[in-house]
Amino acid sequence: MTERVDQRVREDRSPLDPAVLAGAEVFARSWATAVIGSSYVPMTRAEVAQHLQDLTELLVAALFAKPFRTAPGHEIGSRLVDAHFTGTDTLGRTVQLLGDDLLADLGFPGDERLTSRLAALQGALAAGYARALRERTLAEQEAIRAAVLDARDQAESMLRASEARFRAMFTEAAIGIGIADIDGRILDVNQALQDMLGFSVDEMRQYNVRDLMHPEDAGSVWRLYDQLIAGECDHYRAEKRFHRADGEQVWTHLTLSLVRDDHGEPQYQVAMIEDVTDRHLLQNRLRYQALHDPLTGLPNRALFLERLGRVFNNRAKHVRAGLCYLDLDGFKVINDSLGHDTGDQLLVEVGRRLDQSVSGEGKLVARMGGDEFVILVEGSSGEQDIVEVADRVLTALEAPIRIAGHELSVSASIGIVERQLSGTTSADLMRDADITLYWAKADGKARWALYDPERNAREVARFTLSATMPRALERGEFYVEYQPLVRLEDSTVTGVEALVRWQHPEFGRLAPDRFIELAEETGLIVPLGRWVLRKACEEARRWLEEFGDSAPFVSVNLAVRQSRDPELVRDVKQILDECSLPPHHLQLELTESAIMGTADEPLEALRALCDMGVRIAIDDFGTGYSNLAYLKHLPVHELKIAGSFMEGLRAENEEDPVDSQIVATLVQLAHALSLGVTAEGVETPAQAARLLRLGCDTGQGWFFARPGPPENIDSLLRGDL
Amino acid sequence: MERPNWAPGDIDLERPSVARVYDYWLGGAHNFAADRAAAEKTLEAMPEIRTVVLNHRAFLRRAVRYLLDQGVRQFLDLGSGIPTVGNVHEIAQAADPGARVVYVDLDPVAVAHSRSLLDTNTQVSVLQADVRDALGVLSSPEVTKQLDFDEPVGVLMIALLHFVSDEEDPWGIIGRYRDRLAPGSYLAISQAGYDEDDVESSASVQARRIYDRQVTRSTFRNRTEIGRLFDGFTLVEPGVVRLPAWHPESPADVEEAGKRFPGFAAVGRKE
Repeated sequence: MTERVDQRVREDRSPLDPAVLAGAEVFARSWATAVIGSSYVPMTRAEVAQHLQDLTELLVAALFAKPFRTAPGHEIGSRLVDAHFTGTDTLGRTVQLLGDDLLADLGFPGDERLTSRLAALQGALAAGYARALRERTLAEQEAIRAAVLDARDQAESMLRASEARFRAMFTEAAIGIGIADIDGRILDVNQALQDMLGFSVDEMRQYNVRDLMHPEDAGSVWRLYDQLIAGECDHYRAEKRFHRADGEQVWTHLTLSLVRDDHGEPQYQVAMIEDVTDRHLLQNRLRYQALHDPLTGLPNRALFLERLGRVFNNRAKHVRAGLCYLDLDGFKVINDSLGHDTGDQLLVEVGRRLDQSVSGEGKLVARMGGDEFVILVEGSSGEQDIVEVADRVLTALEAPIRIAGHELSVSASIGIVERQLSGTTSADLMRDADITLYWAKADGKARWALYDPERNAREVARFTLSATMPRALERGEFYVEYQPLVRLEDSTVTGVEALVRWQHPEFGRLAPDRFIELAEETGLIVPLGRWVLRKACEEARRWLEEFGDSAPFVSVNLAVRQSRDPELVRDVKQILDECSLPPHHLQLELTESAIMGTADEPLEALRALCDMGVRIAIDDFGTGYSNLAYLKHLPVHELKIAGSFMEGLRAENEEDPVDSQIVATLVQLAHALSLGVTAEGVETPAQAARLLRLGCDTGQGWFFARPGPPENIDSLLRGDL
Repeated sequence: MERPNWAPGDIDLERPSVARVYDYWLGGAHNFAADRAAAEKTLEAMPEIRTVVLNHRAFLRRAVRYLLDQGVRQFLDLGSGIPTVGNVHEIAQAADPGARVVYVDLDPVAVAHSRSLLDTNTQVSVLQADVRDALGVLSSPEVTKQLDFDEPVGVLMIALLHFVSDEEDPWGIIGRYRDRLAPGSYLAISQAGYDEDDVESSASVQARRIYDRQVTRSTFRNRTEIGRLFDGFTLVEPGVVRLPAWHPESPADVEEAGKRFPGFAAVGRKE
């Protein structure tokens, strides 16, 4: 460092008298004792003593010098300061000690000339000390001030560097950044934000944050803003739209942060804004693609279901809505014969016509897939509204469609559902519309059908029955009743018809008309029929054992499907064998259509059965279209005239001549073919009497007995009744 | 906006600085009105404070000369303050011009002043750092370029540790410096304190209160506590003693007052 202390020991000893020299040493020691500790000097005690010894000798030399000069006094004062004897007490003690002790120590007490010289030297020493101290002080002050400036420069340059870094971050950031004060006055925005919104910094500074409000902003955006400004939250994120200077819109992700001052009070707000317009538009496009049918441009199933769901979410009481579920008739034929290209063009045109004929608020046409379309009508006032829509659509489709030189006529079937929304669901609505569409198809196509809850209930019941039938058979819910076949001549019971019944756990006792058709559809008729046959044969066997020759045969209905079952003959034979029942105790009843309208196979089966000795009867004769010529070649023993012909014969006083003539003709026909005749549906004594008169062999009906348990037959045979 | 935390704080000349108050007590003029006012106020309550700082300064000189005698040629002066007369490098380079010194202080003004004085002295570096961050100091370029830790280093903590409270874990701080030192290195400590059976004068209590409030908080430690700071070092004779009594240069330096001196000193050697 610059501050050096002169620690050299002077080589040139004073030429003074040894006594004076000794006195000087004494004084130097006193001096050292007086000033040590008054200032910090970087010297040992011995070094201090030596230093002062040197100064004392200098002083003594000056005191006796010729000519006398005060300059050494200045030098001594200056050297004291150089040695860092800068403490406040040092000079005072030095001057006092010089005046009190020096001349005495040197052996010249009271010498006036020396006293005067000493005073002059004291003054010079004080002046020299003061000047040196002043210089040193000024130098140190200047040094420390320079150090402060340096330190500040250093600090500021670091601050500048850090600010430059922040400024660079701010200006260069790809994300838009804006700073505003707590009143919303915009203070600064970076380049990215200027580019994003198309305003310059100066233009942005004219704005308040609240000027950037957009009509599409969610309410939460500004609610959160108020909370942030109030210091209730420190940041939030939001999706926000901005208007650009050029009138376009920018979609953004906004993060707004609150900057607080040292006392925690809200001071600034900093917005980080990311332009997500491209992403937004892409999302919109993707969303459009996801929700629209690329072929027709119509909303697709997803959008339709979304809209339907929203209708149900927003529902208020008594709000109604309707659906048309539309399916083109015979589209598959067009597709298959003219190609998918034509099919597609057809769908495009159908879609266009639908869209054109159904327009307006609250109506949506969607393509559900394939050739299925759906029309949603929100806020309908009743079924009539939807019927009108359906009529318009059907009319719109009437004009032929020209595609690639083909003139195509299309029609559509429409299922209509319309109802109040409370108490139903979108799934209900869709399912019912679908069912109704099926009805429209089943009812003949090219029409609409209106949803009918009762029809639906019936179909549901049918479905329930067909679904529960297999287990019903396993559980023994079926049972067989018997109705006598009575010889009109003498009222003898010659046979009994086996009639199957279903004791349904839910619907109660069910007659065959409720389930036989279903059993035919499902195929369950085969096992069910086999079961009835066995049951009937078992009873017949029992009657044979009990009543011998007067035991009745059993007549069992054979459904169409059964008659075509290749196992039929084998099954019958096996059952007869197992029951040990002679074949002529069994009669099988088939409808006209089952016998006539069939190919050869069932006929062969019938022949085989006939050959076996089983009786064959034609049931409900007269209601179908029998080939009478063919009839004589058939293996048939009995005709059963349908009950409907008995109507005209039932009254006691008068008879319908037509019915009467028909029955008479049928009886004659049967007898001409050597067939027996049974009249069904005999309910009055008059009928019985007339049938007997017309030559009918056998009667069956409530007049004789209602169908009942086998025990009833027992009683009849025993003659109990 | 908030200033990032790596930017330096304000240099506030209205606030007294430890280094400049100390300089004033040593008779320097590297200080400002606020420093002098605080220094004078403390002096009024306890006039002997000047003697106390002179003694810490004198211990620095004696300790450095002792370490030079032991062959140490590298010095790490922690809390070096404002350079005044009799600095470490002056003493050390007077004995051996090859001696190396690193001054470390937190006070940016003290550091700037030191740098301006030492601009041309390539054997000396000045680091602005918080000495409590031992690892930061030891890994700084100023330290790693100037000092060779394979050779002995004299670590100086003169009039420093009374500014480090127990909560700031001076033992851990010293340990981190110690772990970096080669065997044969030394640690010299002087710090304010009283012995267990000393009765601190009301003047001293008053002076401390003024100083604590106006300048910085201080922690006094007794002889035993200071001894514990030398964990991992072997104390050289005479161990922990009152400042004036550590290797005095003359019997006259150890006066009666020295027996009641409010501060201790010791030097330890890492084996």
